[in-house]
Amino acid sequence: MDAGECPNGHLSYPPHPRCPECGEPQSESVDLTDDTATVVTWTTSYATPPGVREPNTMAIVAFDDHEVRALGQATTDDIEVGDTVRPVYVDEVREPGAGIREPDSQEWDGYRFEPVE
Amino acid sequence: MTEVAIIGASMTRFGEREAWVNELLAEAGDACLDDAGVAPADVEHLYVSNMASGEFEGTTGVPNALAHDLGAVPAYTQRVDQTSSSGGAGVYAAWQSVASGASEMTLLVGGEKMTHRTTGEATDVIASLTHPVEYKHGVTLPSFAGLTARTYLNEYDAPRESLAEVAVKNHRNGVDNPHAQFRREIDTETALNSPLVADPLRLYDFCPITDGSAALLFCPVEVAREHADSFVTVSGVAGATDTHVVHERTDPTTMRGVVESGREAFDRAGLSPDDVDVAELHDMFTILEFLQYEGLGFADPGTAWQDAMDGVTARDGALPVNTSGGLKSKGHPLGASGVAQVFEIYRQLLGDAGERQVDADVGLACNVGGFGNCVTTAIMEVR
Repeated sequence: MDAGECPNGHLSYPPHPRCPECGEPQSESVDLTDDTATVVTWTTSYATPPGVREPNTMAIVAFDDHEVRALGQATTDDIEVGDTVRPVYVDEVREPGAGIREPDSQEWDGYRFEPVE
Repeated sequence: MTEVAIIGASMTRFGEREAWVNELLAEAGDACLDDAGVAPADVEHLYVSNMASGEFEGTTGVPNALAHDLGAVPAYTQRVDQTSSSGGAGVYAAWQSVASGASEMTLLVGGEKMTHRTTGEATDVIASLTHPVEYKHGVTLPSFAGLTARTYLNEYDAPRESLAEVAVKNHRNGVDNPHAQFRREIDTETALNSPLVADPLRLYDFCPITDGSAALLFCPVEVAREHADSFVTVSGVAGATDTHVVHERTDPTTMRGVVESGREAFDRAGLSPDDVDVAELHDMFTILEFLQYEGLGFADPGTAWQDAMDGVTARDGALPVNTSGGLKSKGHPLGASGVAQVFEIYRQLLGDAGERQVDADVGLACNVGGFGNCVTTAIMEVR
């Protein structure tokens, strides 16, 4: 789970060719997988598209040791704003090819967020 | 720059239609030319606002098909895709074509055919606008609305009922719109007890999936005078973007595209939010009506919900919002919606809105694509 970093120290997840904040090229990356994060907001979606689990609880989280946010599925439907979570690897977050997007056009593995006890 | 007028407008019935996209576009385009009394041969530019005819029904090249069907060949044609704000982007493109002097008669037709797809499939076509890191988690546009509504309600201590009031108001307005998909009132309890779709938002916080088309005819003000005694001018139009990846926004309740496009449109028009008498806002989700109302400067951040509760935005309020019924009850055929918003403002400003009529000389339409990813704002005045 790599965030992009520009020479001015701005982070973004996902990375972009240019820093969204200052326009400098993002030349470095920072691995977020060992960081914990705090739930900023969450939703449970009950009308999910093809290839997506139903219901699907997702959260936007702010990482604790890095100034960057991410969105991802939660490992549980029992989640609250302010919860501390950590990234957990899954090899298929959504079934490739079930939806409209060309399976080879992107990666389908990723990280869900699991509450830390 | 040439001053731009709108001299004709039309929209088809919105809802579940048997017609396919090319037929829907032709129905609205034909009716718009009739409305203005302009011959197809006089059309110089023809713009078609459409998000996904290829993905929905395997039909591409729709602008050329429309030019042929309307008898408008050899008019220049162009398709405008800006996802849910394709219609507003079409208004901007049509305005540019006339303002620049490139065209003296521009027809804009927006339309989409969606209801033959399942809800899951249609949702997926729309969700395909998201970044791969969002798409793989199954994010849909409704789920962005759920994520943002939770933050808004928490941050501003807004009651859940205030969102339901948006749905109740827009359903009430839709009763009097013969083109609307839903023409029935709902009460707050019904909205609050409807099934959860994207917690904390429920079924009645969302617009339906819709087929339909709408059209507008643009020309220079000098040409408009030859066709009509009274018409509408586009006094300010602008567009702007926000981040593609929604979670990268520092403040999720501020829609930067709305703020920037609104500010520029008001600048061009030489007007301020206080001057607006009626507005059509993109209520694809109830929470979006609040975010646009605040972003455009009609209320301070975090206070739009109070105006909704106090009836300020009702048809008999100080600033009626979505007199058409909005996307909520009128329906949301993606490419048609931004065009249909201006159709409503056009009718309101000319005094032709029937049961929905309010007292208005200045109207505004704000069309939102993605979850605020790309936005256009247009301000119209009666002449």
